[in-house]
Amino acid sequence: MSDHAHSSDGHGGDGHDFAHPMPVSMLLSVFFALVILTVVTVAQASFDLGSYDVLVVMAIATLKATLVALFFMHLAWDKPFNIAVFVGSFIFVGLFVIFTLGDSDMTSDSFEPKIDEVVPMVAESN
Amino acid sequence: MSTAQADPVSDDASHGEHGHDHDHPAFLAHHFDTPEQQFDSGKLGIWLFLVTEVLFFSGMFVAYAIFRNLRPDVFVGSSEFLNTKLGAINTGVLLFSSLTMAWAVRCSQTGEHKKLTGMLAATLSCSMVFLGVKAIEYSHKWGMGLLPAGTFFYDPANPHPTTDQLETLGFTSGTAFFLHNSLYFLCAPFLIVLLGVVAWLILSIVKGNKFQTACAMPLTIVCLSFFGGVGLGVILESGSEEGHGAAHDVAGHHGEGVAHSDAVPSVIDDGKVAAPALNDDASETSVLERLATDSTNTGLMSDVAARQAQASVASGAVVRGDDTNFEGGISEASANVLTQRQAGKFFSIYYCMTGVHAIHILGGIAVLVWLLIRSVRQDFNSRYFGPVDYVGLYWHLVDLIWIYLFPLLYLIR
Amino acid sequence: MSSGSIPPGSVVKDPGFPTKQENYLTNSKGILSWMFTLDHKRIGVMYLVGVSLAFLFAGILALLIRYHLMEPDGKLFKGANANNMYNQLFTLHGAVMVFLFIIPSIPAALGNFLVPVMLGAKDVAFPRLNLASFYLWCAGAIFFVAALFGTGLDTGWTFYTPYSTTTDTSVIAATMGAFILGFSSIFTGLNFIVTINTMRPPGMTWFRMPLFLWATYATSIIQVLATPVLGITLLLLIAERTLHIGIFDPEFNGDPVTYQHFFWFYSHPAVYIMILPAFGIISDLIAVHSHKRIFGYRFIAYSSIAIALLGFLVWGHHMFTAGMSPMTTIIFSALTFTVSVPSAIKVFNWLATMYKGSISLTTPMCFALAFIFLFTIGGLTGLHLGTLATDMHLHDTYFVVAHFHYVMVGGTLVAFLGGVFHWWPKMFGKMYSEAGGRLSSLIIFIGFNLTFLPQFVLGSRGMPRRYATYDPEFAYLHQMSTYGAMLLGIGLLTALVVLLHSLFRGKDAPANPWGAATLEWQCTSPPPFYNFERAPVVGDPYDFSKIEWDSENERYVTVEPERETVPEEKPAIQPAH
Ligand SMILES: [Cu+2]
Repeated sequence: MSDHAHSSDGHGGDGHDFAHPMPVSMLLSVFFALVILTVVTVAQASFDLGSYDVLVVMAIATLKATLVALFFMHLAWDKPFNIAVFVGSFIFVGLFVIFTLGDSDMTSDSFEPKIDEVVPMVAESN
Repeated sequence: MSTAQADPVSDDASHGEHGHDHDHPAFLAHHFDTPEQQFDSGKLGIWLFLVTEVLFFSGMFVAYAIFRNLRPDVFVGSSEFLNTKLGAINTGVLLFSSLTMAWAVRCSQTGEHKKLTGMLAATLSCSMVFLGVKAIEYSHKWGMGLLPAGTFFYDPANPHPTTDQLETLGFTSGTAFFLHNSLYFLCAPFLIVLLGVVAWLILSIVKGNKFQTACAMPLTIVCLSFFGGVGLGVILESGSEEGHGAAHDVAGHHGEGVAHSDAVPSVIDDGKVAAPALNDDASETSVLERLATDSTNTGLMSDVAARQAQASVASGAVVRGDDTNFEGGISEASANVLTQRQAGKFFSIYYCMTGVHAIHILGGIAVLVWLLIRSVRQDFNSRYFGPVDYVGLYWHLVDLIWIYLFPLLYLIR
Repeated sequence: MSSGSIPPGSVVKDPGFPTKQENYLTNSKGILSWMFTLDHKRIGVMYLVGVSLAFLFAGILALLIRYHLMEPDGKLFKGANANNMYNQLFTLHGAVMVFLFIIPSIPAALGNFLVPVMLGAKDVAFPRLNLASFYLWCAGAIFFVAALFGTGLDTGWTFYTPYSTTTDTSVIAATMGAFILGFSSIFTGLNFIVTINTMRPPGMTWFRMPLFLWATYATSIIQVLATPVLGITLLLLIAERTLHIGIFDPEFNGDPVTYQHFFWFYSHPAVYIMILPAFGIISDLIAVHSHKRIFGYRFIAYSSIAIALLGFLVWGHHMFTAGMSPMTTIIFSALTFTVSVPSAIKVFNWLATMYKGSISLTTPMCFALAFIFLFTIGGLTGLHLGTLATDMHLHDTYFVVAHFHYVMVGGTLVAFLGGVFHWWPKMFGKMYSEAGGRLSSLIIFIGFNLTFLPQFVLGSRGMPRRYATYDPEFAYLHQMSTYGAMLLGIGLLTALVVLLHSLFRGKDAPANPWGAATLEWQCTSPPPFYNFERAPVVGDPYDFSKIEWDSENERYVTVEPERETVPEEKPAIQPAH
């Protein structure tokens, strides 16, 4: 709360003003940063980074998501509790992903897929 | 947690004392004491709602992770059918809509009513462009049979089957007609809405109702944007039709036993297709027929067809830069991958994720229209801008999910 | 301590009785004033009626199940279709009980009524959303009824694939219903979290909240975090049936175990949605009717939150035999034991609260005592199922059935009944017959144990669950269970009659019939539609020192020794033991 910079251009009158308009310049620079990161992520797809590929892509996406959350979603100036709520949700997503994916990974050896006959040229497959 | 919470409440209490001589403004619900308490409640409410959205989507991300982990090659091969250019454009459009939305929140806080309406209209237009592009992407894939596992019928030899051919695959004539003309079906509701809004606009002008005119005017532009998006999609997709041509070239070379490496880079190259247009259907069929007749080597044939398919269909922006990779990975993978249980699975996940995302866009459009009308009514001010802020947060989350969907679906190798 | 009578020379505070205009039940008339009400109390009452009807319906199904199991070959259904009919019967019993009754029972019915009043707020934070979630509940109920009158439903309430993707019954209608009910539940939880966070009046610090509010808060966290996953699971299941997306369906190389992961990621936390509010009720009931400060307030409060969060780590214990990797089963088994710690903390604290308290054996207290007994059995038998080795033997037997009925019925339902009896005077302003109430609690207690204790034995002897027929050697225990179920039904009917009778013949309830110190007892019975004209003075919810029995008027009143002009200096945040 303490870092909540109260703006002076509101119309709150004598009342306490809880609005915190974002400067246009900041919005624009965040937008351009996001566009640049999008270009980067598309561009990096042409380089083969091997198994790091997913990590790089996800890192860039997370960077973009952080920018959106911090500035567009105003999270940088929000109440600590709201931040905890939103960020906390990803912990539970993480639990869900780790356990389920981990179990799937450990059991995938016993997975016996049904195989489609591959006859691509002659007719529709299956 | 408790200490974090004690602050705002005691804050509220003190403000309540200060604000006792204020009367209850119209926008303040009876059970709240101060506008700030109302705003804080709404804000926490929307954050919690976003939490539910995050977990809602997480299910599909888990499914994605499991199946990509199980068969990475399927995802690599199938992803080639997604048009990176369209995906990137849509990413840009959504990012821009996020900018205008954040700007709209600012306008509502500073009381710039006209600008607020404009920003909301811009956000809405972007969302419509997004849906228009999506309509092109979907309809193109549906026509080719790039469908969820159960209905997947893509045939590299015949990527664009006619309705009659679809019926031989076991579809009813109605479904076949739908799949073949799905773009029209997707556009129809938007056309109806557009006509409705235009009628409303004309009526409001005739009646001289300034308020309704002020609402209908931006909404007309918004509805038109959908068709702008469709147009954009068509143009970019036809860009990949060039890809078709180039790919046929490749196929031709290949069939003649010539190395195709010279032709491929024109297709790839970051999705910027430089090759000249060669998108007449006649050449396409002739190539296919020639291939189909003169070769009994099914291995070679399927390889050719798969290769051709990749380059020829929606994938316009094949994301691969170097040929060796192209040579090694895709042709092998795609031959085994383009089946119901393989690529079909990828498209299942693709449609689930993007479909649910698109439904969220539609929901966002509905609330944004409501906001736009209220903004014309000048409902918002520095002490009551909650609805704009909340919808904004929702909208950014939808954007945020797309930020992940785009690389995960379109940029796989 | 609230013994003796009012000391002379002291000021008695009692709000008296509401006028017709104030009473939330009568301040506006007509069916529309109920249908479009935004008053949380009326919405709570509508939920109470709704969940009771759902319970009645599913309870009758339960009796039919038990009736069928009277004979080894089945008594109710005969012939070729008997197994299918039985499958539909237990599926609908389970699905309706879980989705339409247990999950919304305490949070939505009692919670809606109580949360704002206990908190000292005028309403929940989002009254319209609150009404919307009630109508979502109704819509979900309609889908379930549609499934029933359609082609039935025979998947079990869990909708496991691949059976749910191949059966011809109304899976889509039922899953749509559950999906909608999920959103009803989410919105209720969301509403309560925001209400408790932002609507607390001055002085209502976190640690002055009644423990029911802590429990509701913990429940709401689960509702918000877990239910969306159920939503997407059911949506994917619908897509699986209609489009064959191949995520869960092995026909298209989908993975049924993944479905179970998805399902139990929600449904294990969901059992805490069912039981946590019951803990909250019991914490309040034990303290009030023992007229003694709750023992270990902070431990109970924190253990609610701990259960809510730990509950997300243990879902795999439902899948030990489903084909998970051995490593995963070990991890989930180990984590499962951690949840028993906060649950045990609660039980110990309740017992310590009663120790040396002056216990009034009122109807709510009888239910609370029954709860502690039954929940302890239910909880401890859960450890057998969380242990890998024993679970291999007990999985999918009647032992499991008995275990979760001890928790869901012996726990949640009994606590719900205790809560309803406790707050009934507040909700409707009428006192019921104490003798009748106690009798019903006794019949329910005996009937319940007679129904489900034999099932532990059945299960450990190898009787599998969900079977329409059984070996004759199990007949004796099955019949015992059936008679118990009938007795349980009679007990529940008695409770219903006692409560309904009070509406017409009951004495007007005083504001504070039990001698409780929480805020809802400081307004009239029933509360006025605005709850509190101005924010109430918040004290310690478990400080019974100022509450005295007024034998003349048969009520408890708040007594203050003398009027003080300057309020006593209090520390900003009072440690609540
Ligand atoms: Cu469990």
